[in-house]
Amino acid sequence: MEDKSVKIRGKVKDGVVKVKVLISHPMETGTRRHADSGELIPAKYIEEVVFSHNGNDVLTAYWGTSVSKNPYSAFKIKSATAGDKVAVRWSDNTGASGAKEIALK
Amino acid sequence: MEISTTRRSFITGLIAVGALLVLPATLLAALVRPKAAFNSKAIDASLKSLFGDASIEASDKINLKVPEIAENGAVVPITISTDIEGVESISVIIDKNPNPLSANFNLTDAVAAEVSTRVKMGQSSPVRALVKAKGKVYFTTKEVKVTIGGCGG
Repeated sequence: MEDKSVKIRGKVKDGVVKVKVLISHPMETGTRRHADSGELIPAKYIEEVVFSHNGNDVLTAYWGTSVSKNPYSAFKIKSATAGDKVAVRWSDNTGASGAKEIALK
Repeated sequence: MEISTTRRSFITGLIAVGALLVLPATLLAALVRPKAAFNSKAIDASLKSLFGDASIEASDKINLKVPEIAENGAVVPITISTDIEGVESISVIIDKNPNPLSANFNLTDAVAAEVSTRVKMGQSSPVRALVKAKGKVYFTTKEVKVTIGGCGG
């Protein structure tokens, strides 16, 4: 699952891990116009992100157009050990998607 | 005799169909993007479609971390955490954005009641954090001043 669109960081501390995720994505609202032509830039934004821990979905985020470009998100898994797998998969309104899995440090 | 058998199987059939209808609805409830809530331009309509008729009350148990002044409306960091037990979802509403509902996080028991994200704000506006727990909805609000809007590019 080598996907350059997603970066995941997580270091276990006292059995808890704060997972930080960055996704490369334009998050276009569909209301902006090209500076030159004045044409509307079509909407392209992530609608759904699913975060999983050792294969179990633990957090599901639904987003609208107002989440920032190249979205950052963070959350905490209550019980984790180094080596646990954390994965992220996203999909946007145009059908594009991405996914990545890492092992926690 | 024959009639009663038919009736019985009919009723059993009804129950089976009923179970089929109810089960996926409850299973899917947590796993479907609340599209109408995101598309809505009115806060009340968004709240209604997210939470139905659940009561919504102010709470001091929600910690909403946002900057008082956001220099860049395109990137406003938000962290929401809460001590409320049994949190099912955490949502962000930005009152003055064209589509006020920004994000809706659905939690499981495996994660702590704390999520962070970054949002775009077109202008200064109250930001609301909504926490749904055990069928009730709690919220807290903070005003964020935006010096450069984030929706014009």
